[in-house]
Amino acid sequence: MDIHALQQIVHKTRDARRKQTIPKFSPADRDTLIKKYHPDFRESAYRPIRFGPNEGDKTVVELAALLEGDSPIHDDVDLTPQYQTDVLVIGGGGAGCAAALHAHGAGAKVVLATKLRLGDSNSVMAQGGMQISVSPEDSPVTHFIDTLKGGHMQNDHALLKVMVEDGPSIAKWLIDLGVLFDRQADGNLHVKKGGGSSKPRLLTCSDYTGLEIMRVLKDEVINQQIQLLEFCAAIELLSDDNGACTGAIFKDLDNHRYVVAAAKSVILATGGIGRLHIQGFPTSNHYGATGDGLCLAYRMGAKLAHIDTFQYHPSGAVYPEQLIGALVTEGIRSEGGHLVNAKGERFVNELDTRDVVSSSIIRECEESRGIRTMSGRVGVWLDTPLLDAEHGAGTVEKHFPAMVMQFERFGIDISKDPVLIYPTLHYQNGGVKIDTDSETNVKNLFVAGEASGGLHGRNRLMGNSLLDLMVFGKRSGLTAASRTGSMTQGKLTLRHLQQFRSEAQRHGHASGVISPMILPAYTRKVG
Amino acid sequence: MAQEDTNVIDQPEVLKPRLVTIEISGKKYEVPEGITVIKALWYTGQEVVRGAGCLGGFCGACATYYRTKDDPKVRTCLACQTAVQDGMSFTIMPPFPARKALYDIQKLQDPKQDLFNLYPEAPLCRNCNACTEACPQKIDVREGVWKAVFGDFKSVSEMFMDCVMCGMCTPVCIADIAPNLVALYVSRAQGAHFTEKPLGLETRIKEIQDGRFDDEWKKVLNMNDKELASYP
Repeated sequence: MDIHALQQIVHKTRDARRKQTIPKFSPADRDTLIKKYHPDFRESAYRPIRFGPNEGDKTVVELAALLEGDSPIHDDVDLTPQYQTDVLVIGGGGAGCAAALHAHGAGAKVVLATKLRLGDSNSVMAQGGMQISVSPEDSPVTHFIDTLKGGHMQNDHALLKVMVEDGPSIAKWLIDLGVLFDRQADGNLHVKKGGGSSKPRLLTCSDYTGLEIMRVLKDEVINQQIQLLEFCAAIELLSDDNGACTGAIFKDLDNHRYVVAAAKSVILATGGIGRLHIQGFPTSNHYGATGDGLCLAYRMGAKLAHIDTFQYHPSGAVYPEQLIGALVTEGIRSEGGHLVNAKGERFVNELDTRDVVSSSIIRECEESRGIRTMSGRVGVWLDTPLLDAEHGAGTVEKHFPAMVMQFERFGIDISKDPVLIYPTLHYQNGGVKIDTDSETNVKNLFVAGEASGGLHGRNRLMGNSLLDLMVFGKRSGLTAASRTGSMTQGKLTLRHLQQFRSEAQRHGHASGVISPMILPAYTRKVG
Repeated sequence: MAQEDTNVIDQPEVLKPRLVTIEISGKKYEVPEGITVIKALWYTGQEVVRGAGCLGGFCGACATYYRTKDDPKVRTCLACQTAVQDGMSFTIMPPFPARKALYDIQKLQDPKQDLFNLYPEAPLCRNCNACTEACPQKIDVREGVWKAVFGDFKSVSEMFMDCVMCGMCTPVCIADIAPNLVALYVSRAQGAHFTEKPLGLETRIKEIQDGRFDDEWKKVLNMNDKELASYP
């Protein structure tokens, strides 16, 4: 059928739906729903990791293969460093920039290496906002409790406490750098309500929050003249005789040469895994989200946490084809947008946590109440025109300019017509286990941002990622910088890799997989 | 199922993709109609390292020049956000060596005057409007440059909130202005120097420093999961 004909039911049922209140699920119903429909519970997609720090733990097969994968580095590689620094930051997104700026600000010599350009990351795409408890009726404790409930009580309490408490000073730091958060008429920060949060707590820069923060942080990294190694992909870490991290080997993607950097501390800020397309899901992630940091840290002996749980953002675009997987911001639901099935019915409280909303969309689609596309996809409607009906004409255009432009390019006016959505692979809830200084169990190896694990439990709340990046970027940068004075540069060896390889051999492992992946293999190899 | 017959969106282009002829950097290829420019690169077997970033229309890495069939006008787009059509000719923009001024945003004394020291070329705009025409985000770039020069930093910061820093406004400027960099400076100055500091935020920071929440923390951190789940 013509898409406009199928959309009629959304228009027709709008007024009736506006009068409805959909209660949130009880904790027991949530659990049942998630266990039945959430992709994290699809057993066939998982297997135990055969060896290494997380031996026996289950994760998705795509990630297990990479974690067990071999390094591209040969034993006879020349380890003479071309760069010598106090702090080596690997990754150029939000966490990497924050780490580099704080370490530099504390007087350390910093090198920031990234496999694409500075700033090419998921951070730049964050639309929904950044959770910080700034309003008088809110508090860091409430933020803590909301996040715990969202994370199924599995969050690391110590990490979570420092995140919510550092939040307000992070907002101040960003404002002083020139970030333009939305304001109320009285000059205070405007806060929006996000899924799973009991109080409005999202700081926003219209629907360009990540872009605005990243424009400023990138500019600041350049202004501070922090040394950059762009298009340099980390392919192995280096260790001294005691197993502490002492640097990294990169591959320069322009000339394919190896680059060795010696560092007193290394901060991995390499982001997530969306481009592994686990379970065949499309993804909202950037081109380089291939889990490189997890593989590098794992080979060094760093323990991973919660690597069996991933976030499928409820609203990934399903139509048009060109936008498949692209995110339709949760902000639409924050402002009251309904999710509507093919029968014109709402089926979930749209502001429930992401795992609950995603599971319920999958349920609707599996029970034949979805709308299908001819390319074999299925989805439900997100009633975007409702926002104009509810808050006045022009609301969608004013509050979601990025979204409007993205769809307008393909001839779709989201203020007039609902959009078809289905969950898209969005975030790795877990990652390398860290402490409140952002350090791993490997000495002088720090991990910040999405590559780290423990903070978000089994489901991250909307708006907590931008804050995570800034808080643990800062903590890793400051801790790493504070150590430089009392430290000498450790030896550069591949001892950890030799150990990893002998362990792999003992487990009879020869999968032929080389990791990290660096970039997804999208290039068509046959004519 | 009867429902399956009705709840399907028509997409004839998906069922029978029509191959169209396009030109990538001057070479002809056949690709399915309607795929994005970046996917056309992959489809034709090209490895993409430079020229792809977020793939979501936010990072500006895939700034592209293109022309449609028989039209002499060269346009700009983001390769991850634009569909190919028959007869289209495109090339990804190489990194352009624009000069970015270095400054310490917090230490500026007179940001509106400092603009002329940092970017002395900014007032030399000759009004050709090429920057506005080159903007894939439809920002009125020329107007923004003039507003910057006349000190209306607030308007510039609002106009350039959509800016993905692709830099396509820069190579076309006959006065050698990098409008996106000028606007970035202006926006940061607006935020750091000309926007009211939020008082509520200062209060909250002080409350945390003064331990206003310490008693509640003590209580909460001693709870078991069940108690936490039903708190407050």
